[in-house]
Amino acid sequence: MKRVGLFIPCYVDQFYPNAGIATYQLLKKLGLDVTYPTGQTCCGQPMANSGFEHLTQDCNQLFVDNFAEFDYIVSPSGSCVLHVKEHLHTEKSEEKAAAVRTKVYELVEFLVDILQVKNLKAKFPHKVGLHQSCHGQRGLLLTQMSELVAPYFSKPQQLLAQVEGLELIDLKREDECCGFGGTFCVVEEAVSVKMGKDRVKDHLVNGAEYITGADMSCLMHMEGILKRENSKVKVLHIAEILNAG
Amino acid sequence: MSAPTKTHPELSAVFNKDEERVNWHDETLWWIRQKRDKSANSIPEWEVLREKASQIKSNALSNLAGYLVSFEEKAKANGIIVHWAADAQEHNQIVHQILQKHGIRQLVKSKSMLTEECHLNEYLEKQGLEVIDSDLGERIVQLAKEPPSHIVLPCIHKKKEEIGDLFHQYLGVAAGTSDPQILTEAARVHLRETFLTRKAALTGVNFAIAETGEFVVCTNEGNADMGAHLADVHIACMGIEKIIPKRKHLGVFLRLLARSATGQPITTYSSHFKKPRAGQEMHLVLVDNGRTIQMGREDFRASLKCIRCGACMNTCPVYRRSGGHSYHNAISGPIGAILAPNLDREKYADLPFASTLCGSCTNVCPVKIDIHQQLYKWRQVIVQEGYATSAKKMSMKIMNYTLSSPGVYRTAGKAGRWVLKYIPFAVNNHFNPWYKQRDMPEVPKESFGEWYKKNVK
Repeated sequence: MKRVGLFIPCYVDQFYPNAGIATYQLLKKLGLDVTYPTGQTCCGQPMANSGFEHLTQDCNQLFVDNFAEFDYIVSPSGSCVLHVKEHLHTEKSEEKAAAVRTKVYELVEFLVDILQVKNLKAKFPHKVGLHQSCHGQRGLLLTQMSELVAPYFSKPQQLLAQVEGLELIDLKREDECCGFGGTFCVVEEAVSVKMGKDRVKDHLVNGAEYITGADMSCLMHMEGILKRENSKVKVLHIAEILNAG
Repeated sequence: MSAPTKTHPELSAVFNKDEERVNWHDETLWWIRQKRDKSANSIPEWEVLREKASQIKSNALSNLAGYLVSFEEKAKANGIIVHWAADAQEHNQIVHQILQKHGIRQLVKSKSMLTEECHLNEYLEKQGLEVIDSDLGERIVQLAKEPPSHIVLPCIHKKKEEIGDLFHQYLGVAAGTSDPQILTEAARVHLRETFLTRKAALTGVNFAIAETGEFVVCTNEGNADMGAHLADVHIACMGIEKIIPKRKHLGVFLRLLARSATGQPITTYSSHFKKPRAGQEMHLVLVDNGRTIQMGREDFRASLKCIRCGACMNTCPVYRRSGGHSYHNAISGPIGAILAPNLDREKYADLPFASTLCGSCTNVCPVKIDIHQQLYKWRQVIVQEGYATSAKKMSMKIMNYTLSSPGVYRTAGKAGRWVLKYIPFAVNNHFNPWYKQRDMPEVPKESFGEWYKKNVK
């Protein structure tokens, strides 16, 4: 049996363990051999996106040491996966790093492209807004991008369509950024907050009870805004919905 | 190199004090983005067209020296006087000398981002010359004594009521006028007088054709033509990257330019200038001003493909909510943020960070510049050259130390998730910009790692 290494990004580990647990349980339900290498920390993206890619050597090495042995590396975060795919390099074991870059998958793309899941047994009778995280969408091509003249597809929608009772709401701006952007959220506080407020509002006016997506970081950002506005609307990682019921 | 007076985060914070205005600015530009989408979607081969344009530009840049020589030769044979300027200073001096030679003290100028880049207006005004911008949007910002906030829509940050106030002050329209029709007519009368009395007209250049030595100027108002056709002296200024190899390539770019910019199928006027009319003098100034340096930077060379359509600005969620002036550079938005650091890394160190790297800019770019990838790469260069603030450097080092060692990471996590609680992404920040307008995530009982240890192994 192929072995799956579960990559749980640092902030998911620390703040959103339920997204990690749902991912683990979902993959187990689908009959996979899943291991969480306990020595893992972070993919190094927060540093690299801030211009400090040259400091990420140790972090990258650690990632390779933890995950090189697996057939697939799966993670509930499009952004972190994209970073690994595009920027994971090591001085000591570049060959292994190259292999890691090709076998790392975001959860949704793993379910749709590799496992070709057609019939999830999940139930979630709520109105849900789907947030397209930019790195998942434009980086990993989870959903067709509104800027391009190209046929539409959406891998997260394909999965959510299999969930009993779930009603997906339409948004006015289907793939606008939420303004998280890693360190952008603190460095460019004013614009980041405004982007977050606008994104959340689109979901609220269209009647969302839950906002979901394949990236917990965007959801964390929107949750921060929702809570500040005392909204009853909640965020849930897509894994938690696909694992529900 | 020089430090900026105010940075993008500071200027955007000021812009965001008026949320209603931010909403208006965002909606206005989003409307243009939607017009662009509609227009692009009416061309089934849109993506092929973008690829073709990108490839033609690659060819032009790879063979730039040869094309420039060929262009100069043909242009001279056509009767155009060709000048070369190594930098902004030289460009401004050349324009000044041409005007001096003819004893001209007043210049009418159609839109040219190059002259904004070179600060030509300020230069000529210091020499006692008068410059009138004839593009309506440019004229408005000129009256307001502001730089353009957008390369295609220079006064997009101004509401029609504010334009009415300016026209009341300078052009004598009745106080409180905000009807666009009346305002446009007032500008028209004012500019008509200018066109008729100016002896020299300056225009920009959208495309210069190496094969024929002609250049093409695209406008919607016909103001470049009005200026050039009435003046004794026509001066056209262009960055050396405006070259395209052949006339047949023009069709590709003209189909893309206006659709990407505003959603129009084509600009109202696409005027070809090949030779001076009888009795007229036609000058062309070819300007480098850092372009050859950028050519030498492999990672950033493709930025020179830009045809100045502004689509990246209209789609950029940050630009829409921070305004063009927050980029404190002649060219704002994502493209400005990858062009500016070429000239001054210290002054523009903040610009590549004024992005979430969402990638929308790259997708709308008609010549397929990998804008968001270049933003990422500029961040690396800026940090390595030492232009990141020391506070940011420290926090990154601590974060790196924490995240590169599993032991330290676990301790940091356990010893209080509260450490992270107050400092989500910059560990030694004393104040927490996250919390100002957003709540922190709730701290769970246990981390995923702890759950896994208990429940799985």
